[in-house]
Amino acid sequence: MMAFVIRRLLYAIPTLFGVCLIIFTLFNLVGGDPAYQMLGKHATETQILELRRELGLDKSKVEQFFDYLKSVATLDFGRSYTTKQQITDMIWRGMPASLSLAIPAFIVEILLGLAIALLVSFYRGTFFDRAVVVLCVMGMSVSALAYILFGQYVFAYWLGLFPISGYDTDILYRFKYIALPAIIWVVVSLGINVRVFRTFVLDEVNQDYVRTARAKGQSEKKILFHHVLKNALIPVLTYVVIQIPVLITGSFLLENFFGIPGLGSITIDAIHNSDFPVIKAMTTIETLLFMVFALATDLLYSVVDPRVRMR
Amino acid sequence: MIRLPSQSKSLWQDAWRRIRRDRLALWALGVIVLYSLVALCSKFGLLASTWDAEVGGPYASPSFENFKTIFGTDIFGRSVLYKVIHGTRVAMSVGLMTSLIAIPIGVTLGAFGGYFGGKVDDVIVWFYTTLSSIPGIMLLIAIAYILGKGLFSVYIALGITSWVSLARLIRGEFMKHKSREYVIAAEAIGAGHRIRIFRHILPNVLHIVIINMSLQFQIAIKSEVILSYLGLGVQGQPSWGVMIDDAKLELARGVWWQLTAATFAMFFVILAFNILGDALRDAFDPKLRKG
Repeated sequence: MMAFVIRRLLYAIPTLFGVCLIIFTLFNLVGGDPAYQMLGKHATETQILELRRELGLDKSKVEQFFDYLKSVATLDFGRSYTTKQQITDMIWRGMPASLSLAIPAFIVEILLGLAIALLVSFYRGTFFDRAVVVLCVMGMSVSALAYILFGQYVFAYWLGLFPISGYDTDILYRFKYIALPAIIWVVVSLGINVRVFRTFVLDEVNQDYVRTARAKGQSEKKILFHHVLKNALIPVLTYVVIQIPVLITGSFLLENFFGIPGLGSITIDAIHNSDFPVIKAMTTIETLLFMVFALATDLLYSVVDPRVRMR
Repeated sequence: MIRLPSQSKSLWQDAWRRIRRDRLALWALGVIVLYSLVALCSKFGLLASTWDAEVGGPYASPSFENFKTIFGTDIFGRSVLYKVIHGTRVAMSVGLMTSLIAIPIGVTLGAFGGYFGGKVDDVIVWFYTTLSSIPGIMLLIAIAYILGKGLFSVYIALGITSWVSLARLIRGEFMKHKSREYVIAAEAIGAGHRIRIFRHILPNVLHIVIINMSLQFQIAIKSEVILSYLGLGVQGQPSWGVMIDDAKLELARGVWWQLTAATFAMFFVILAFNILGDALRDAFDPKLRKG
């Protein structure tokens, strides 16, 4: 086990280096001069020189790369160009807002998806099963933006069941604002979840142990909810854990539409304001989180399913 | 007595026979062909070339008096129908162009990694693991932001971000195929690496590219909409994403037709690609059908 952990950690090092190299190449080599982009066409020569020095762009590319590696190691990405705040502080402040939408929505999304998947697996091959799969495919074919726009228009604006947008620092009052975006989140992701979870369950249904259980006279219900569910939870777990980093940015679009001041909104604002340092920092942090959780998934997986360690 | 078929069918003939029997898949194929034709007609100026002309008052609701206003008009009195048609062209071109970028990269790297193994494989796997460690949406946003606004950046950003899954699949297949008898036989008669990779193995794994393409189109069309909404996508011409973005301000005034038209246009083509993708996977890989 320990050998596996160490090997997996060592594997992460070249990937981390590669990620830094790609992000650096994108932002510092390919991207032209961000000073021009940020200041616009009418900037004077001195303004540009000053901004270049402020961003450390007057140094050589090699020095810039080491600066970047240092900022990754210390998680200090300097200041936002538009708000002048420390980017790390902005992220810490945005995270609770993102999470208070993401966590409840994500939990409901997964549990509901799994429940429906088990139900349709129980009735596999019937009309009900096929109807649900068709509905899932149809649901997946609608743009997420359309769900958000129609949802906001119908339930908040037209029927007035929810506030149109907003946010409250008080956690109890906040739920009033979080409810509708969370429901839309669940609806958007339900189609794909049910389909994926259904395949996970059906993959297990054809295994030998199911036949054995059936042969010894176990009821179909017990087989599905006891034997199959336990094994199907392994791929479900991977699928769930790997999505956790995405939760931290939350849904860009939902946060933007419902005025929730989370990381998604910060990123979208940064794009609109051409806030180069913030976009770069967000890309880096998202990637780091993603890698940490991918690592956690692998380790968790090897605990749950010892076969993995052999590879 | 066992009767052998007089002529054995190739994988492709067999798959085509299966698809032809699947009525739903044929409908899906028909929808995709229709969208492609609309896109081509628009491209060559036969359809909706006057999308920026005024055809009525601002925000005229849909009416059947004139086919141009069948889906109503937008804020400048332009025909929503024409904008949808032009958007079809944009969407299909994004799907096609990103496929043209992603497929050669994915196939070549996957093939080399799987075939040569060793150091070459290590470098290729390292490269795509690294690339896929950056969350897709952030990488897409970063590339589109850096290359500047416009359709061209959308092509490149989507092309660069979407070849990894294809490369993974192709690599796996090449690893399986490289030690098969037919490849060893090819080596025995003096076929070099290049011939073995491209002439012998590649045709046997090409169906993966076809299946992947239906997924590629869906991702491309959906991503174009999101990038355009973020202001990083199409500029100066209508696309479904731009139309949906406009709808954000229109809905409060009760203007629902532009959003509805764009959403449905997108819904049908993505649904068709979804259905066709599933059918193709079943047709090419009967082993997967048992589920």
